[in-house]
Amino acid sequence: MIPAPFAYARPTTVDEALQALAAGGEDVKVMAGGQSLIPVMRLRLAAPETVVDLSKVEGLRGVRDDGDAIVIGAMTTHSDVLSDPLIAEHAPLIAEATGTVADRQVRHRGTFGGALVHADPAGDLPAVALALDAEFVVVGPSGQRTVPASEFFVDYLTTAVGEGELLVEVRVPKLAGEWGMRYEKFNRVAQAWSIVAVAAVVRRENGRIAEARIGLTNMGPTPLRARAVEEALAGAEATPDAVGAAAARAAEGTEPSSDLNAQADYRQHLATVLTRRAVSAAAGL
Amino acid sequence: MTPITVRVDDASYTDDVEPRTLLVHYLREQLGKVGTVVGCDTSNCGACTVHLDGEAVKSCTVLAIQADGCEVTTIEGLARGAELHPVQKAFHEMHGLQCGYCTPGMIMASIDLLKDNPDPSDDEVREGIEGNLCRCTGYQNIVRAVRSAAAEMRGGSDGTGDGSVPPASVSPAVVDTAAAPHVAAQS
Repeated sequence: MIPAPFAYARPTTVDEALQALAAGGEDVKVMAGGQSLIPVMRLRLAAPETVVDLSKVEGLRGVRDDGDAIVIGAMTTHSDVLSDPLIAEHAPLIAEATGTVADRQVRHRGTFGGALVHADPAGDLPAVALALDAEFVVVGPSGQRTVPASEFFVDYLTTAVGEGELLVEVRVPKLAGEWGMRYEKFNRVAQAWSIVAVAAVVRRENGRIAEARIGLTNMGPTPLRARAVEEALAGAEATPDAVGAAAARAAEGTEPSSDLNAQADYRQHLATVLTRRAVSAAAGL
Repeated sequence: MTPITVRVDDASYTDDVEPRTLLVHYLREQLGKVGTVVGCDTSNCGACTVHLDGEAVKSCTVLAIQADGCEVTTIEGLARGAELHPVQKAFHEMHGLQCGYCTPGMIMASIDLLKDNPDPSDDEVREGIEGNLCRCTGYQNIVRAVRSAAAEMRGGSDGTGDGSVPPASVSPAVVDTAAAPHVAAQS
């Protein structure tokens, strides 16, 4: 199928993009890389009246060093993320998870910001952003605001980006100390979405786990932090037994869906296994 | 309708397209570039892969209007006259296809992979073409074809770099012609 007819705007600046959004009426969609939007438009699951294509907007692509954080432009493609030296140095977890997103063709078009605003529960980057305590810079008609990751993912396919607003960049704080990171993903075939995945960021200090941040992919309508595991790991010995005991709590408080790929109880089981693996690897065990 | 100017396989075209026209349909129906095929229609199978400004993309998931001002290379633009591209030649020689439907996309994705990794291992080839589905071959000879092409494109040097199968010994899987009499015996 081909998409239903739509009006098309291709702004070249953020201001023009905001104007196009305002002029587009109620049924306007922002297109970043289009790798999720075009398929759903083809299936006629979405039929927006207006599409605002950000691909020619200047200044939204690339990664820069901003002192205590790295700043990733919303339109930075997945393949640019994979080869970016700042991400490799300060947030290798993002590159690791991005390498598992779809396939190389999709990664050439798909964007970091687009994947985050799409907020598919099975998408890989939301849980990573959550685990890294990223901040989302959103602009709109009334100016710019910064939304912490903990408040960004509101519901299924829904973020804090409001009507008429755009995500322009994501700030990822640099981590001080001895941190390890790991993304563990379970899926059925190579380029498929995650059935469940776990993003672990762990700080070690004197043979102990000083701090752990665990993001869960596809364990509910939004990405989640595995708070029970994080609390159990804080100050725990960096041993397989301690990590295993903490990881057993990964599914606490989650309500994952049941679908073709997995029942909810199986997802909860996967969450504990993948958390153990991810934390073990991140802690260097 | 919106005018676009696109360079496709070294020729320039200016056409009017609807914003909703997909790049693959523009290539096939307006330009007659039917070497690029539509497979799954859902961005899974990779049969429609072309290069857009030098990068492999699934042309069923790009709007034609987004290619305005860009350079597109399709499977039809690879050969130089009668001389096949090394990857085309390797798919032919290594028997990297059966029905052939996935082949245009496989070749375009493989060329993209080899640009980033000129000497991929078997696993790296499999990962590199994860966005392309083949329902016939089981991928064995596709992997052989890509590695054989890689060796040729590197200048026909010997070792493959990872110490596994040397390219000189890369050959298609043996076909049991008794079980499949329609398959011509290999030389």
